[in-house]
Amino acid sequence: MALRGLGRRISIGKRCFSSASEVEKPPRDGKPINLFSAINQALHIALETDPRAYVFGEDVGFGGVFRCTTGLTDRFGRNRVFNTPLCEQGIAGFAIGLAAMGNRAIAEIQFADYIYPAFDQIVNEAAKFRYRSGNQFNCGGLTIRSPYGAVGHGGHYHSQSPEAFFCHVPGLKVVIPRSPQQAKGLLLACIRDPNPVVFFEPKWLYRLAVEEVPEHDYMLPLSQAEVTRQGSDITLVGWGAQLSVLEHACDEAAKDGISCELIDLRTLIPWDKETVEASVRKTGRLLVSHEAPVTGGFGAEISASIAECCFLRHGLQLEAPVARICGLDTPFPLVYEPFYMPTKNKVLDAIKTTVNY
Amino acid sequence: MAAVRRLSRSSSAAPLRRLLFLRPFSSSFSADDQRVLTVETSLPFIGHKIDPPSRSVDTTPNELFSFFRDMSLMRRMEIAADSLYKAKLIRGFCHLYDGQEAVAVGMEAAITKRDAIITAYRDHCIYLGRGGSLVEAFAELMGRRAGCSRGKGGSMHFYKKDAGFYGGHGIVGAQVPLGCGVAFAQKYSKDENVTFAMYGDGAANQGQLFEALNISALWDLPVILVCENNHYGMGTAEWRAAKSPAYYKRGDYVPGLKILEMDTYRYHGHSMSDPGSTYRTRDEISGVRQERDPIERIRKLILSYELATAAELKDIEKEVRKAVDEAIAQAKESPMPDPSELFTNVYVKGFGVEAFGADRKEVKALLP
Repeated sequence: MALRGLGRRISIGKRCFSSASEVEKPPRDGKPINLFSAINQALHIALETDPRAYVFGEDVGFGGVFRCTTGLTDRFGRNRVFNTPLCEQGIAGFAIGLAAMGNRAIAEIQFADYIYPAFDQIVNEAAKFRYRSGNQFNCGGLTIRSPYGAVGHGGHYHSQSPEAFFCHVPGLKVVIPRSPQQAKGLLLACIRDPNPVVFFEPKWLYRLAVEEVPEHDYMLPLSQAEVTRQGSDITLVGWGAQLSVLEHACDEAAKDGISCELIDLRTLIPWDKETVEASVRKTGRLLVSHEAPVTGGFGAEISASIAECCFLRHGLQLEAPVARICGLDTPFPLVYEPFYMPTKNKVLDAIKTTVNY
Repeated sequence: MAAVRRLSRSSSAAPLRRLLFLRPFSSSFSADDQRVLTVETSLPFIGHKIDPPSRSVDTTPNELFSFFRDMSLMRRMEIAADSLYKAKLIRGFCHLYDGQEAVAVGMEAAITKRDAIITAYRDHCIYLGRGGSLVEAFAELMGRRAGCSRGKGGSMHFYKKDAGFYGGHGIVGAQVPLGCGVAFAQKYSKDENVTFAMYGDGAANQGQLFEALNISALWDLPVILVCENNHYGMGTAEWRAAKSPAYYKRGDYVPGLKILEMDTYRYHGHSMSDPGSTYRTRDEISGVRQERDPIERIRKLILSYELATAAELKDIEKEVRKAVDEAIAQAKESPMPDPSELFTNVYVKGFGVEAFGADRKEVKALLP
């Protein structure tokens, strides 16, 4: 399985970081922990540093279905960390109201597949609160965290990637981490960001991804993409669990002499267009990859934006059409998951096609 | 309302179930035994804005045996599914119904196949109760072609159109308004049938449940909303999730009935991924198993009326076990669905579907 060597790969990848800005110096100390532990640490710190922070959702009390909330109830009490009934719309609305009173409401939706009853609240209430009240009110303290993405056997309702629906809503931020160390910093940044944020956690990586994560409080910047691998022939853009697939594809492509530049978008909206643009100017080729179905996925937005700005300018141009390697346009299937997913081989095939265009 | 009246009638009026016995019984029972036995339920029914039926229930030996066999079959199927899951022949999510069999069996005894049932994801035994075959059930669980949903649905999506079983739903509570729609169609076509929209105590707190209650009362729909209260919504106990766990009263203006069997319990965790012991004690689980297991209750009834000996009941269980093992063997032989099935039934066939194939080639279906 492509992800088996992920932990090792990520610690190697860390040393090769050269990020777009000096602000981001990845902290170097820390113990190797997995994704759910990193998220857990972030939540502990968030509640510790802000007495008006609350964590709630279905079954979070005993630690949650993915153990992201272990130890919180014991440490901070049932008044700040509590279970909700099974009612996503109610959870979201309640969180928005709590945030509107100046609190940090950290709501959990147990699986991103269940976020749709809350969609109305998020789109119509959370995203528009500041705008429609002329800045009198806001729910900036709102963070909704939810596990998303394929897990190997999740089927229709435990595997979806709904990020594109939320990227279509001005007023929201959408953030997706690729690894434990990134997740802790990004989650703390999201919780403290004065805008409502939807934070999708790649559930496949909860146990699988292990990385050295510093124990102290640190944040990573939002709306800043990270170039995790320098290259010159083609730019690859992705987020979340897909980054690891793309990394493997880059390694394979390197054997054929293709030098790939890999960018982790991290924040999907508002996305760091400058970093991607600068990279495509350099390489002249772009490939976007995500698990969500290709039609209307967020890759379409990146593709159109880059085509618009980089089509032909100052002698540098796009040498090939933007490639999108994404999930198929079907409901997330049951036994067909291996066919549906944007696998390393599909990406590699597209890299070669694009480079040889 | 019609169905509520049906439930309160003595159950001997329900059609007798045909049984398949391998050997005749040595005790006083014979298949022609038509005598009516009167049993008192261990708890009375409680009504909300309705007169509850009497707790004295009439039954027949045939009926008791059918209950015993059906529940044993369901129990055996779920335990076998547990083993198959651990052997990784069943992947994905698997929500088991053992402990709750009485609900499925009891409901079926009072209704016909022309009535409709719609339920959530803990649907294997409801499917069986609707007349589904063991082979199709196991094949579907293993994602094989011979499955009831052709291997495309899996554990959570069993359907049986010819028996009025509308599935099998993954999203909690979503099936209840669907049930109201089905009931409306039944009322419109004046076919005197009803719909049983089943859900759990977890789903009872979903907004769409209240919407469904309002709609069904407003339009006087022939729908019975059945809450299978197993006291835990995944890992949250009902008293932590609901201000009032008297779910039969939630309808307010809608009459409700609290039925012993619907106050049920699941021995397994919420799903195979859930050990089921982080939010309740093992003592609680074994306590319920000792005192309230539905199969044991029927066994005691049969033995107390001397309809069969304990050995004969064990024989029924052996027969059931054999049937399940044979079904599993047959289901294992069914192949996986063809890869082309990934793209079928996204829309109606041939309606201009365009999709990307696994080899990056566009697959276009032409308009007729």
